[in-house]
Amino acid sequence: MEHDNHKELEVIPRDSAKIKKIWMTALILFMVTAVEFLLAFTMDRGLLLYIIFIVLTIVKAKYIMMEFMHLGDEAKPLFYSIIVPLIFLVWLIIALMREGADIFLMRW
Amino acid sequence: MSSTAIEIQSKRGMWGGGNEPLKASYGKLMMWFFLLSDIFTFTAFLITYGAIRMSYPAYAGESADFVSSNEYWPIPERIFDAVPFIHGVHFPLVFVGLMTFILILSSVTMVLAVEAGHRNDKKDVVKWMLWTLLGGITFLSCQAWEWSHFIHGTDEGTLLTYVNSASNLVSETVYGANLIVNEYGPAPFAQLFFFITGFHGFHVTLGVFLLFLAFYQAAVGVYEERGHYEMIEKIGLYWHFVDLVWVFVFTFFYLI
Repeated sequence: MEHDNHKELEVIPRDSAKIKKIWMTALILFMVTAVEFLLAFTMDRGLLLYIIFIVLTIVKAKYIMMEFMHLGDEAKPLFYSIIVPLIFLVWLIIALMREGADIFLMRW
Repeated sequence: MSSTAIEIQSKRGMWGGGNEPLKASYGKLMMWFFLLSDIFTFTAFLITYGAIRMSYPAYAGESADFVSSNEYWPIPERIFDAVPFIHGVHFPLVFVGLMTFILILSSVTMVLAVEAGHRNDKKDVVKWMLWTLLGGITFLSCQAWEWSHFIHGTDEGTLLTYVNSASNLVSETVYGANLIVNEYGPAPFAQLFFFITGFHGFHVTLGVFLLFLAFYQAAVGVYEERGHYEMIEKIGLYWHFVDLVWVFVFTFFYLI
């Protein structure tokens, strides 16, 4: 890192391809949200709809993390040290869903 | 200096020291690991929502015939159906949809600010930071209205039998929501609403303070003096994370 005082920073001109890519990602996020919204009122509520919602949400999360937060451009060890710990959550989901279902059986 | 550094590197390997295996600055790394811990916190909240919801019966009838009761979990689109200034009309999920769009849009302007920061373009950074700041404040205002409406409730209310704060079983019409009873569903429904959207709103509030700080410092030339716009990038990571969490809250709290 440069810590010496640069009074005159050189301004690099805009790269329109890069900016276009950002807006394209935004468009994808809007479209996916619009589809979710549409499905909420056209499909019957049920497991299939919930799975579609979760898949679409993960698609959106992927775009936000890869395109907006540039996680994909980071060094591989950093990328994996963020992504791999999320495996723990899989267990938490399984354990607590089971727990919730069992509490339901005890109550009713 | 450079020739000896290369020699040591080749001897020690990637993790032997003398280089940066993660190729990121200290601040950016710490922001990423803070966000990872925050992912765990929010996921724990949402999973708790799932577990508590599963421990209550689901509403069995048609979505259109839905009536609120504390006997079963409500259908979110029948609860969150109000928009500001239009009273008593059923607009399911329109307002939260709008809030989602606002937050995604402010995330987009944030990326544009980060991109301008890479180019050392102070004018663009200041412009996009201002838009992001406006987006954040708009989202917070929307959430304030959403909370206020949720707390005050509908004109009709719901007739419920419940145990009140003095431990008495009472039967009365309940309007709105608090931590003991609410007109929408079982008590945990409102508790989780306050807890989860509140914790997210707290993050947004912090984010708005950070955005203002970055906007101000960029505008008065602190980052230009420093020689780089990395602070914009770090605050940007946090702001995108807030958007990321909202995407999940939107799905699990409002859609499913």
